[in-house]
Amino acid sequence: MFGDISLTQFIFGRLTWEAIPYHEPILVVTFAVVALGGIALLGLITKFKLWGYLWHEWFTSVDHKKIGIMYIILAIVMLLRGFADAIMMRIQQAIAFNGNEGYLNPHHYDQIFTAHGVIMIFFVAMPFVTGFMNYVVPLQIGARDVSFPFLNNFSFWMTTGGAIIVMMSLFVGEFARTGWLAYPPLSGVDYSPGVGVDYYIWGLQVAGVGTTLSGINLIATIVKMRAPGMTFMKMPVFTWTSLCTNILIVATFPILTATLALLSLDRYVGTNFFTNDLGGNPMMYINLIWIWGHPEVYILVLPAFGIFSEVVATFCGKRLFGYASMVYATCVIMILSYIVWLHHFFTMGSGASVNAFFGITTMIISIPTGAKMFNWLFTMYRGRIRYEVPMLWTVGFMITFVIGGMTGVMLAIPPADFVLHNSLFLIAHFHNVIIGGVLFGLMAGLVYWWPKAFGYKLDPFWGKMTFWFWQIGFFFAFMPLYVLGLMGVTRRVSQFEDPSLQIWFIIAAFGAGLIALGIGSFIVQLVVSYLRRDELRVISGDPWDGRTLEWSTSSPPPDYNFAFTPVVHDHDSWYDMKSRGYERPLQGFKPIHMPKNTGTGVILAGISVVLAFAMIWYMWWLVAVSFIGIIAVSIAHTFNYNRDFFIPAETVAATEDARSKLLQERT
Amino acid sequence: MSATQVQQTDEKPQFYLTEDHHPENSTMLGFWLYLMSDCLIFAVLFATHGVLGRNYAAGPSPADLFDLNIVAINTAMLLLSSITYGFAMLQMERNAKMETLVWLGITGVFGAIFLALELYEFYHLIHEGAGPTRSAFLSSFFTLVGTHGLHVTFGIIWLITLMVQVGRHGLIPENRRRLMCLSMFWHFLDVIWIGVFSFVYLLGVIG
Amino acid sequence: MPKPFSLARRSILFTLMLATLSGCNMVVMSPSGDIAAQQRDLIVISTFLMLIIIIPVICLTLYFAWHYRQSNTAAKYDPEWHHSTGLEVIIWSAPLAIIIALGAITWVSTHKLDPYRPLDRIDAARPVTEEVKPINVEVVALDWKWLFFYPDYGIATVNEMAAPVDVPINFKLTASSVMNSFYVPALAGMIYTMPGMQTRLHAVINKPGEYEGLSSNYSGDGFSHMRFKFHGVDQAGFDAWVARVKQNGTMLNRDAYLKLEKPSIKEPVRYYATVEDGLYEAVLNMCARPGQMCMKDMMHIDMMGGAGVESHENRAKLEHDNRHASEETPGATFPETGNPARSEEPAEGVEERQEEPATMNHDMHKM
Repeated sequence: MFGDISLTQFIFGRLTWEAIPYHEPILVVTFAVVALGGIALLGLITKFKLWGYLWHEWFTSVDHKKIGIMYIILAIVMLLRGFADAIMMRIQQAIAFNGNEGYLNPHHYDQIFTAHGVIMIFFVAMPFVTGFMNYVVPLQIGARDVSFPFLNNFSFWMTTGGAIIVMMSLFVGEFARTGWLAYPPLSGVDYSPGVGVDYYIWGLQVAGVGTTLSGINLIATIVKMRAPGMTFMKMPVFTWTSLCTNILIVATFPILTATLALLSLDRYVGTNFFTNDLGGNPMMYINLIWIWGHPEVYILVLPAFGIFSEVVATFCGKRLFGYASMVYATCVIMILSYIVWLHHFFTMGSGASVNAFFGITTMIISIPTGAKMFNWLFTMYRGRIRYEVPMLWTVGFMITFVIGGMTGVMLAIPPADFVLHNSLFLIAHFHNVIIGGVLFGLMAGLVYWWPKAFGYKLDPFWGKMTFWFWQIGFFFAFMPLYVLGLMGVTRRVSQFEDPSLQIWFIIAAFGAGLIALGIGSFIVQLVVSYLRRDELRVISGDPWDGRTLEWSTSSPPPDYNFAFTPVVHDHDSWYDMKSRGYERPLQGFKPIHMPKNTGTGVILAGISVVLAFAMIWYMWWLVAVSFIGIIAVSIAHTFNYNRDFFIPAETVAATEDARSKLLQERT
Repeated sequence: MSATQVQQTDEKPQFYLTEDHHPENSTMLGFWLYLMSDCLIFAVLFATHGVLGRNYAAGPSPADLFDLNIVAINTAMLLLSSITYGFAMLQMERNAKMETLVWLGITGVFGAIFLALELYEFYHLIHEGAGPTRSAFLSSFFTLVGTHGLHVTFGIIWLITLMVQVGRHGLIPENRRRLMCLSMFWHFLDVIWIGVFSFVYLLGVIG
Repeated sequence: MPKPFSLARRSILFTLMLATLSGCNMVVMSPSGDIAAQQRDLIVISTFLMLIIIIPVICLTLYFAWHYRQSNTAAKYDPEWHHSTGLEVIIWSAPLAIIIALGAITWVSTHKLDPYRPLDRIDAARPVTEEVKPINVEVVALDWKWLFFYPDYGIATVNEMAAPVDVPINFKLTASSVMNSFYVPALAGMIYTMPGMQTRLHAVINKPGEYEGLSSNYSGDGFSHMRFKFHGVDQAGFDAWVARVKQNGTMLNRDAYLKLEKPSIKEPVRYYATVEDGLYEAVLNMCARPGQMCMKDMMHIDMMGGAGVESHENRAKLEHDNRHASEETPGATFPETGNPARSEEPAEGVEERQEEPATMNHDMHKM
């Protein structure tokens, strides 16, 4: 194998200067901006001597709260990248008419839409959702951390590692030009010989390990670590939706891992799983990837449903209507989401009975979803609604999401799908549910739990600006796509011939511009809120008159979350405690058993990134070295038996006394 | 485990535990969940073999290739290793460190023989021109059996690591928990192998 | 559920509303083929059925959101109200009722509009009778153009097809390299085309005209331009079109096909007056290249239990995906694949087209 190749090739594999896109002005400018920003950031960290702080307090932290915050930071950073891709596509499609080829050739455009999909799903929505589950679930169930704190840190860094691999493709080599699910045979080595699909595979594989492990971790946490008295039917709804989501994660991500592994075998070893020839079957890949892919949609949207449930109950000042039916609806959705995957390819030529079966199962999902919608509606009924920002997002969601649900059911009817599949109508539909459902939920959750995490509320004016720009921008950006879909325009097209389409693309681009303002307002909101943090300070720990346990502790919560483990008597347990005369314990503190921080997660994920990079560029020696490195570090880690410590009772007492003092000063 | 010691009085409900709360250890549940996720990977590989297992690409079929005698010996090795792992666990329960280590060692040897036989089989097949790139059938065969073999390899590495750790620290609770996890892993691989043996080899040759 | 009669009337109204809403050509909502028209009807009916739920939900949301606002102290506030069995029954059964109706429609229409099912009507008024003779078209999606065989006439075309109005068309479809999807929005819904496999589609065009056809499943660099014109013409016009193809066309044999099959973008319309026998079959079975073993032969051998251990030579005969690899001179630094990462060229072989002999070019004549 190594007989006839030069030393450079041995060292660098297929990586050459050619792979660096210095002849692409857009990328050079992007790189310059990223590099300058990066150097400035690193410089600032060094100047203020923050490396030690970051390493000890954050990177190596096993505290679920810090890990949750880091997940969300990752999601917001990647949102900027994913949105940059979106706006580039919108501009290209708005100008590429009448023989104008636009400013992106297919080679770039195809990478951009692939990257947009991959980044938004895997590196924005997933870390955002996981971040919330990490931060909120242990607090809601009265636990001090997750079941496997080290694993949690490792999962986070693997997800970040995947994001880094995808981002590297921007400046070293290229990304996949296959669409976000990389259907073979197009993604096979004969039709996509470059490194793009390899970046795609390894980015997802590395991140997928993190996602699966974090799913296992959170299931174990929810099942085993609930406070005494919290039976399953007294769990907060967000915890319920998190449980269902994590079950879905554990039950589907291995399928993605296996499917991508088979695709990589085809690409690296030359096997024939998904090739046209020698007995391979590309349809197998399409089935497998959607057996993961459809539950993935519910992995994203269920936690958002949970957030809306918390928000709507809190801001209506009222118990959630139909708690039990909400829980059952969630479980039904979880189960049904496994038996609908074929609706993503009705047009592949399965028989009428198969198509009809999957179409009807798909429609059935709308029943529990509709029930949920009514539950939120009737929670508002006879409520006293405070229009804080999270509630705005929730009402916006309820209006927007039903439209997306309706178009979803239309797409579930196979003969209707034959004319709508792969069209811009489909694009409008899934953005309608993912933006209107998932993203609105995440934004609501961010504003809702921000004071819990940082001790001050977010500035409401800029919060409202964010909401209105997003909401209006969404309608401008995606309603034209519904129309275009009905005009027979399909997805992933970079140049058009029919001039009558252009106006709709221009409106859509305008909508994307409004959304850009929404993202801008969001960032302004973060900055303004930070500057005004003293005015917006939340002393009580319970700024919204909350109903669940996370509001019973201080904001931000101490490392140990709860000085004494709460005992639960009813759902909405914090509301119950408040209304039955709960008094905060002031003495009798005991030492608290906590896990120790460790750097192993960062190191393992770092070596995994190196391994992935070596695999992508065929640097076989580095593959071997980094693989052995991963095994060695993992084994070494198991020789460390000293993994926990006690927070002394005095420290706990001091922390709690400080809080008592603050509370007294305020009253 | 501290169960709910809540007295439901009408007057003053107790809203927190005054004693330190020790939730039940989740390792067994977590590891079980991991095994289930791993099981799904095998499920995908079995399903793939189910779809592609007869696509010989005008090449050799299982009947032409498989030597059921070797496979039978192989299966016996793995089943025996499961039994000896069971003996190791019994010794662990008796708190007999040396005996536990001996049985673990025997388990490892059986595992290694299994791997050696499997590698021999692979070498033989590739030598005959029936490598993983020959046909979709062989791709899925090599991947399914190879993934199982890879798991056994990692199991052996883990076993050796644990033997060192037990040797060093004795049968402390952490090590017992780890031995329990490896036990589940080892038996899980046995169960998977029974599936491989029946569906891939037996059904392949007979069916 | 409303009565079917009023439903149909309301749906027509709704269609009109949608059509006038935009003032643009919504081909999916006003198609020219009977199958597409029935698919359009389903969109309209399902939308209407769902609006029965959606409109009240949106109205109630807005009303509750307004009425129960904090500043409206006149509104009733009941913080403990969280359960009502009656309401629960309604909120589960109302969507259930709609879905039962939609499910029934889905089951029936999916079977009736199954693309594999031969047509039983030409339009709502005219059934297909014994005398109606369908026209056969065999479609191959190439990188990145469409090849149409007309086996009944012995001709073939690239990037242009025609069909007589009110005559059922039986499509058989396949592809040469990657997945595409054959879609003429005015005619009927789409169907995937996949290499080594055959999908089917039955459709009819009812109004004469020039319609857009395209690939709707992303297939690589030239995908955006993988379009063709679909001409719906009367019988005389169709005969004239066939005659013109025969008059202006060249010969499509295996060599010509293999040249055509190489990736190219914005391919002009081409006519082939004669077609080598069994070419479509060969393409479908991935054995158009000389010396290749056909899929169906391979499958036959596999069904009989394989070809034994001594069958090494069969592997090369079955390779298909790497057929263009040898034509490229792989860069020395890229041993495994061939194409340099991020090459200047859009894709392999795109430029090759220009070196093709000019005799094969027949620009499209306006109909």
